[in-house]
Amino acid sequence: MVEKHTIIVTVTNSPGVLARISGLLFQRGYNMESVIGAPTENPDIYKIILVVQESDIHIEQIVKQLNKLIDTIRVVDISHKDNYIVREYIILKLEVDQKNRTDLLKLTEHFNAHAIDIAMDHIILELSGNPQKIDRFLELVNPFGIIEYVRSGEFAMAEYQKSKIGDKNGD
Amino acid sequence: MKGSEIVIDALKKEGVDTVFGYPGGVIIPIFDVLFSTPEIHFLLTRHEQGAVHAADGYARSTGKVGVCMVTSGPGATNTITGIATARMDSSPLVIISGQVHTNSIGTDAFQETDMVGLTRSICKHNYLVKDVAELPKTIKEAFFIARTGRPGPVSIDLPVNVLNTRLKNYTYPETVNLPGYKPEIKGSLMQIEKLASAVERSQKPLLYTGGGIVSSGASENLLELLDKTRIPVVVTLMGLGSVPFNHPCFLGMPGMHGTIAANKALSECDLLIAVGVRFDDRVTGPRHTFAQQATIAHIDIDAAEIGKNIRADLPIVGDAKFVLSELCNLVKPRLRDTWNERAEYWKEKYPLKYEQSEHGDILPQYVIDALNQVIDPDAVVITDVGQHQMWTSMFHHYRHPRHFLSSGGLGTMGFGLPAAIGAAMGNPDKQVVCITGDGGLQMNIQELATAAINRFPVKIIVINNAYLGMVRQWQELFWDKKYSQVCLKRGPDCPPECRGLNENCPPDYIPDFVKVAEANSVKGLRASKPADVIPILKKGLEEPGPVLMEFMVSREENVLPMVSAGKPLTDIITGEE
Repeated sequence: MVEKHTIIVTVTNSPGVLARISGLLFQRGYNMESVIGAPTENPDIYKIILVVQESDIHIEQIVKQLNKLIDTIRVVDISHKDNYIVREYIILKLEVDQKNRTDLLKLTEHFNAHAIDIAMDHIILELSGNPQKIDRFLELVNPFGIIEYVRSGEFAMAEYQKSKIGDKNGD
Repeated sequence: MKGSEIVIDALKKEGVDTVFGYPGGVIIPIFDVLFSTPEIHFLLTRHEQGAVHAADGYARSTGKVGVCMVTSGPGATNTITGIATARMDSSPLVIISGQVHTNSIGTDAFQETDMVGLTRSICKHNYLVKDVAELPKTIKEAFFIARTGRPGPVSIDLPVNVLNTRLKNYTYPETVNLPGYKPEIKGSLMQIEKLASAVERSQKPLLYTGGGIVSSGASENLLELLDKTRIPVVVTLMGLGSVPFNHPCFLGMPGMHGTIAANKALSECDLLIAVGVRFDDRVTGPRHTFAQQATIAHIDIDAAEIGKNIRADLPIVGDAKFVLSELCNLVKPRLRDTWNERAEYWKEKYPLKYEQSEHGDILPQYVIDALNQVIDPDAVVITDVGQHQMWTSMFHHYRHPRHFLSSGGLGTMGFGLPAAIGAAMGNPDKQVVCITGDGGLQMNIQELATAAINRFPVKIIVINNAYLGMVRQWQELFWDKKYSQVCLKRGPDCPPECRGLNENCPPDYIPDFVKVAEANSVKGLRASKPADVIPILKKGLEEPGPVLMEFMVSREENVLPMVSAGKPLTDIITGEE
């Protein structure tokens, strides 16, 4: 079954490592939905968070191929784990007018979104939360008229785990 | 110490005494140091592709890391095919390329190409060194990565200013620190125990072994296991030589041009013990049809190979040598039984064969077979890619690992001659025989000069059918005999649609290989009739120095048996009524 998987790849902070990881997925023909790479508290360590749409058998292969890279320290597919906090950030521009602005702002308040810019004919909002929350928010504001939005892609962190650097096998 | 001196010092510390390559602008600093480094033998080829294949042939035949050194831009890109070849066949190489000044990177400077970008997907790992302080550590890591775990090529790109910069307090590191790279060697004892008891329960066990046996040096362990268990064994192209051709358990090579015995055994076995193999599509055919009756145990040092192509019921991640020796300790002896008898029956009933008539054309199979009578039993044999390669895999009497070299995974035409030169460089005391085709030889024919000028006594056997024979065979069998662009005699007077030999075929082959050989100071010999074959082989092998022996063979001979692409292993074309 093809499913969305979020995979955290802990790598050494070496030049070109993001290209290595994203290149690998492309080269082996896997579908990547988003990829975020960012530094961590340890300057030698870099984290890459991937979202891929693939079947379980392919996910197993992706995890193995990622592990095989010399720079990879650890790979965890967190899709079926509940001890991870997953967040996404979105900025969106909506059409509004005098009549429906109040309705939209109510919704905004309910979701803890913030209005960054309010104009006569449009509004720019920001929101962070788990991806489901963002999807739901988009669904609800869609009738107002979405002009454009940018999503950050997913990023994630383990809740209680101590980081176990050097353990390649995940959890 | 300058970056260029560090490179040479590091090579010496890694035990490198042989480097293959070709100079150019930005890499002159290293060549300048080489000029006064007699401990390192540098082999100047005539093309960078020749250099990287030569380094590969050296690595495969000696087990050491092959080193190739080239300049930036075209020098670097010319190594790409060779790097991909080494990667597919897990051959340990370190490729050192020059690069433009770090300030010029990204400006499309003269002879600039993005070597790390180009090699990322065909290397085991690669580096661009932008700071001379990183250089010692990088070279240490590169050699470590190339030779350990599943071996493979590692590329190091070195900007010219890094080579010219001095590093104070240079020391070459003793160890590496690679938190993400720890090859699993021993394998899970519990899994090996499970495998031992699976062998005991199995009625029809079969070993399927490959290049992993050669690279881990596990040939002796495999032979011990065969002695103890008598399990029939099929060996892939990359593993040929790890079991002697005449071993009673040996059923031949499996797959598309495998023996019928090997393919039948794969289809009927109930336990398949795969060791150091990757279930290549040329071996398995359609995955869902492969070894359907069998529980599959897969032993490999590369965890990503397990389950990649074929599900494994019993995965063991570890080095073939360790796992096989442990398995051999644990497994109960097994006696020759009805399954062995059945395998032996197949071997006897479906032998590889050809019928050489006295006055007809020379058959290519006969040339390979006849070579067995005159070749040194300890010779290293290197093939190119195509029909002659498959005939060699079928008829050559291989006896030892690292004595049969061939481009398996990538199927690189042009591999043969330069790889043979590399093997000759690494094995000065051994006879080195390159078996090649008229197509493949011409892809790196410039290396005849390299062989001659360095006095490498490489014996080159050219199987000349004036066709790109393997493609022609496919066109004959599956494309309605439309011989599109496969005839190397084809000229402007030929009919637009040629479907094979006819009385108007041009008489002469261009080039005249004997003359090409002679022009390169390589002795040239030619055989045109069956009675000439053995005398020419004898003469060629006895002659000192490099020799090219050309055999004008029957043009439309096919490699049989054959399993059509996309068909299961049971669907075999034998060529018989």
